[in-house]
Amino acid sequence: MSCIQTIADYGLRSVGIGERLLPRSDFTLCQQFTLIGSGMLWNLYFGILALLAGFFLATLLAVAKNSERAIIRKPAEWFIFVFRGSPLFIQFFLAYEAFAMLPRAGIPILGITVATDWITRAWAGALVVLFFNTSAYAAEIFYGALRSVPKGDLEAADAYGMTGWAKFRRVTWPTMLRLGWPSYTNEAIFLFHATTLVFFSGFPAFRQEGDALYYAKYFADKTFNPFIPYPIAAFYFILLTLAVIAVFGVINRRLNRHLPQESRRRIRFRPQIIR
Amino acid sequence: MFESCSDPSALHGLSWMLCYLTTGKHMLFYGSFGIVLILLAITAPVALIFGFGGALAARSALWPFKLLGRGYIAMVRGVPDIVFFLFVPIAMDQGLEYLKSRAVCADPGPAWTGNEFHVCAAAKIPLGSSPQIYHEIYGFGLAVIAFSVVYGAFAANVLFGAMQAVPRAQLETAEAYGMTRAQVNRRVLIPQMWAYAIPGLSNLWMILIKATPLLFLLGIEDIVYWARELGATKSQIYAFPHPDWRLYYFLVLLVFYLLMTKLSEVVLARVNRRLAFGQATAAGEALRKAGV
Repeated sequence: MSCIQTIADYGLRSVGIGERLLPRSDFTLCQQFTLIGSGMLWNLYFGILALLAGFFLATLLAVAKNSERAIIRKPAEWFIFVFRGSPLFIQFFLAYEAFAMLPRAGIPILGITVATDWITRAWAGALVVLFFNTSAYAAEIFYGALRSVPKGDLEAADAYGMTGWAKFRRVTWPTMLRLGWPSYTNEAIFLFHATTLVFFSGFPAFRQEGDALYYAKYFADKTFNPFIPYPIAAFYFILLTLAVIAVFGVINRRLNRHLPQESRRRIRFRPQIIR
Repeated sequence: MFESCSDPSALHGLSWMLCYLTTGKHMLFYGSFGIVLILLAITAPVALIFGFGGALAARSALWPFKLLGRGYIAMVRGVPDIVFFLFVPIAMDQGLEYLKSRAVCADPGPAWTGNEFHVCAAAKIPLGSSPQIYHEIYGFGLAVIAFSVVYGAFAANVLFGAMQAVPRAQLETAEAYGMTRAQVNRRVLIPQMWAYAIPGLSNLWMILIKATPLLFLLGIEDIVYWARELGATKSQIYAFPHPDWRLYYFLVLLVFYLLMTKLSEVVLARVNRRLAFGQATAAGEALRKAGV
């Protein structure tokens, strides 16, 4: 079987398109590259959606944590503490068990029965956990940035007569993003890495449709040779990391475009792994 | 455990719960919290040593060491750590058995043939006939090595940064006094480095705590294993039948980790405060102004 044929068969296997059966013997390098690469689709899916949605919740949480009113501040502090203070792995298990406890038949709300079975599936359940998790981590970053917005900037906004939403939208928020962006880049990298945990925690891989590491482990278990599949997975993740740095670097340049060249903050890649 | 627990079916309410929570398996569950603490107690210093070696190597003047040190630090960047947790133990295990097979097997053929890894019975580690406890200790040892390798690279990154942060003038002064490179390192660089390294190392410690449930992935009977095992639905054939309680067991684990985090935060804040005392840094300046 040629490599092109393999790619056609297994390139989209992780989302259920193509050959149903996974290869069982005589594994070729091409098969390993194709299937593990196909699994990367899930890592991308979880990472991108959680980041996009998490960005907004994180901003809300950071503003809430910065609030002077305890009734707004306390819930945000607790949310951030719980999601940053416990392992993501445990959060996945806990969420899966909690979702599995919802009634099978659905929950009747106002005469309409809301189905519940989809939430126990990885594509939704794990995404919810990752969304909350990255929101908490990013909120802490944004909160730190919010605290270090220069006093002069805020006073200048006051002098222009800006208040409330206009001040936040045009001064506080852009500065917060600019200051927090290098750390937020690390958080994004870290989140993509964390997506590999999904199929190793409670969430089952439906019809053997899993992420990159799921397939890497499949090959390692079948061939008893860890020296090929894991480095392939590592290779894909290095590419992904470089892509994230490139994309966030472009945004970073845009956020800092009004500053003189030397005072721009460059993104330093400081990974922190497990959460 | 208690005399009154001998007939669980006759129990109910609080006494049922008390007997349920003191079964032999629950004792193993409580013991597995100890495994987490042991892992932390071993991994933290070992990873620090790995990190120290890596950082010193990365700063070395000899290019092979430099390459090795920088390569080690870069290795764990960009790749999810779980890849390493899955890779290192199995690679170590096969490597050790392969080397042993070269030494002890009468006719060591190629170890990797087709889809199999095969060495003769005498080269197994531990031997197939060894008691179960040795298999468990060996598995745990491999897990400790995997954790140490990964966290050593992160510690190396932190320590390397801290060493770079020591003011250059300090080192130049030491060189002007005629100290050798090793003396500069030992007498000036390393003592001053800690104040810069502690924030990064505290961060690393928090991350290490939160990585401990990954022991489960390495096949160790840790807290996650027992939470799944004990929480699963128990039918009437069991002494203590109950529905699916895994949610509550995982809630206990969540609270355990939150407490660990909180405790570490309090202790590390004190350590940071003590180390900042008298330093020419913002934190030290704040302490001075507060008149402590």
